[in-house]
Amino acid sequence: MPLPKTDTAENPASARTAVVEARNLVKRFQGMTAVSDMSLTLSAGEMVGLIGPNGAGKTTLFNLIAGSLKPTSGEIWIGGRDVSQDSPEKRITRGVGRTFQIPRPFLDMSVLDNVLAGAQAQDGEKLFANFLRPGHVRRQEQAAREKARALLDFVTLSGLESQPAKVLSGGQRKLLELARILMADPQAILLDEPAAGVNPALLETIMKRVIALNAQGKSILLIEHNMDMVSRLCSRVVAMAQGKPLAEGTPADVAADPAVIEAYLGGAA
Amino acid sequence: MSLDILAYGAFFLTMALTYAIMCLGLNIQWGQTGLFNVGIAAFVAIGAYVSAILTTPETPDRFGGFDLPIVVGWLGASIAAGLAAWLVGALTIRLRSDYLAIATFGVAVSVQLCVLNIQPLTGGAFGVGFIPRPFGSLAGNPLTFSLANLALTACVVLGLYLALEHLTKSPWGRVLRAIREDEVAAQALGKRPIRFRLQAFTIGGAIMGLAGAVQGHFIGFIAPDNYLPILTFQVWAMLIVGGSGNNRGAILGAVLVWGLWALTAAAVSAFVPPEQQARASSLQIVAIGVGLCLILLLRPRGILGEGRSSIAGRFKPKSKAQQKFKE
Repeated sequence: MPLPKTDTAENPASARTAVVEARNLVKRFQGMTAVSDMSLTLSAGEMVGLIGPNGAGKTTLFNLIAGSLKPTSGEIWIGGRDVSQDSPEKRITRGVGRTFQIPRPFLDMSVLDNVLAGAQAQDGEKLFANFLRPGHVRRQEQAAREKARALLDFVTLSGLESQPAKVLSGGQRKLLELARILMADPQAILLDEPAAGVNPALLETIMKRVIALNAQGKSILLIEHNMDMVSRLCSRVVAMAQGKPLAEGTPADVAADPAVIEAYLGGAA
Repeated sequence: MSLDILAYGAFFLTMALTYAIMCLGLNIQWGQTGLFNVGIAAFVAIGAYVSAILTTPETPDRFGGFDLPIVVGWLGASIAAGLAAWLVGALTIRLRSDYLAIATFGVAVSVQLCVLNIQPLTGGAFGVGFIPRPFGSLAGNPLTFSLANLALTACVVLGLYLALEHLTKSPWGRVLRAIREDEVAAQALGKRPIRFRLQAFTIGGAIMGLAGAVQGHFIGFIAPDNYLPILTFQVWAMLIVGGSGNNRGAILGAVLVWGLWALTAAAVSAFVPPEQQARASSLQIVAIGVGLCLILLLRPRGILGEGRSSIAGRFKPKSKAQQKFKE
C-alpha cells in the first residue's frame, strides 16, 4: 500500500483548494467512449451542477470519481492527492461520498441501521474488538446512534427509523441515502439526480437539505436534469455532451449557450 | 427401561447438538454473509482428524498420537479448520456464488480422498479409534455419561450461540448484512467486501472444525465415510429448515432434521427385512429431501425465519406483507 503523498509546492490542486479534480479523464467501454478528455474542478464549499443530455457521460464521470470504475486514462485528485488507482472503499476515506441515481438502500435493514452503516472508523467493525473492547465499542456505537438519529431528523425520516428500508418510497430512499452518506462525514458529496422521480413536496425538502449542507461547508457536485433546481442551487454549471465538457458558467449563461441547446435538442431529434 | 430411553435421549440430543455447531458455522457463512459453501464436510473432517491426531495415545503405525488433553484437540481443530477455510477463502472468495459452490465442493471431495488415502496420518479407510471421550471415566454408567456429555456439548453450543449473537448484533455483523444486501453500496460507504467475507468464511470454517472435533470425541471413532457430501447436504437441510440467518433457527433445524434422520433410521430397521436395509437406508435421504421441499413450500424462510437486527425484528409481519406486495 503506497503511503499518502505529501503535498508539494507544484501541486496545483492545493493551490486552488480543489476538493475534487478530474484531469483529462477518458473512459472507454469496448470501443464506446463514455467519457473523453473530461476535466472538472470542485472547489471547497462550492456547489456545481453537472448537466447534459442522456448518455452524455455524467454518471460515468461520477463512477470514475467515486472509484466504481477505473479510468482508461487521466487522473482523479481528491483533497490534493492522486486517487486514480484507489478502490471505491478507499475514496470515502479520502473525503468523497456519493449517492446513486437509482437509490441503493440496504432493503432488509432498518432505516437506522442503514444510516449507521455509513459510519467510518468504527472499531466495532473489527472482528476482535467486539470481544476484547466491548465497552469501547458500545460507547462508540452509542455516539454513532445519536449522530444517525440527528441525521434522520435532518432528512425528515426520524419517525421511520425502525422500519426496514424497503417500506420507503423512492423519494424517501433518496433522503435515506443522503443521510447515510452524511454519516461518513465527507467533505465533498456527489449527488446523482437527487430530484428524479420525487414528488414536489419532497423535492422541496431535498433542495432545502442540499442548500443547508452546502451552507455547512460541504462541496457538492450535482447531476440534475431539472434546470430550475440547478439554477436555484448552483452558482456554476458544467454542461457535458458525448463525454466532453461543452460549456461552463452561471446557470443562465449555460442554459442560453447555443451549443448546449443544440446538444439537448439534437439528442431529442 | 425409562432410564434407557433417557440415556438414548441424551445421546440423540448430543449428536444433534454437534450438528447444531456445524449449522451455526454455516449460518455465519450463508445466513449472514451469503457465501455458498458446499464443502462443509471438508472443514468438519479437518477438525475431527486434527483433534484425533492431537489427543489419541501413541500408535506405532500412525503419525501423531500426542495424547494431549481434549480441550487442546478442540482448539487445534478450530485453528486448523479456520486456517484451511482462510486458505480456501483467499483463493475462491472473489468467485461468484455458484463458482464458489463448485470450488468448495471440490475441496470437500479432495479432503475426503486425502483422509481416505494418507494412511500414515489418518489410518486410511479404517479411520482413527480410541479417541478419548469426555468424561470417559463415567462410561460404566451410560446415563451419567450421556448426561455429562450432553451438558458439555450444550455448553459449547450455548457459548457459540452467545458469541455469534453478539457478533451478529455488532457493527461487524451490520457490515456483513450490508455487503450481502448491496455490495456496491457498501463499498461506496468504505466497507471492504473481500475482507469481511473472508473473515466470515474463516470463522464459519473454524466452527465447523470444532464441530468435527466435538463429534469425533463424543463417538470415540472417526472414519472417512463420515465426511461424504451427504454430511454437507444434511447441514444445509438443517439450516434451511430452521431458518437461514437465524442462530436459534440453526440449532432448532439441526435437532429437527437429526430427529427425522434418527426416526427414519429406526423405521428402516423396524420395517425392512435385514438383507434390504443397506439399500433402504437411502430412504433416509429421501425423507430429508421431502422435509426440505415441504419447508420450502410452506415456510420458505425456514421455521424461525431471519431474526432481524435489533429493532427491525419487531416489524416482521409488516415487512412480510410488503414482500408479498412486491411479488
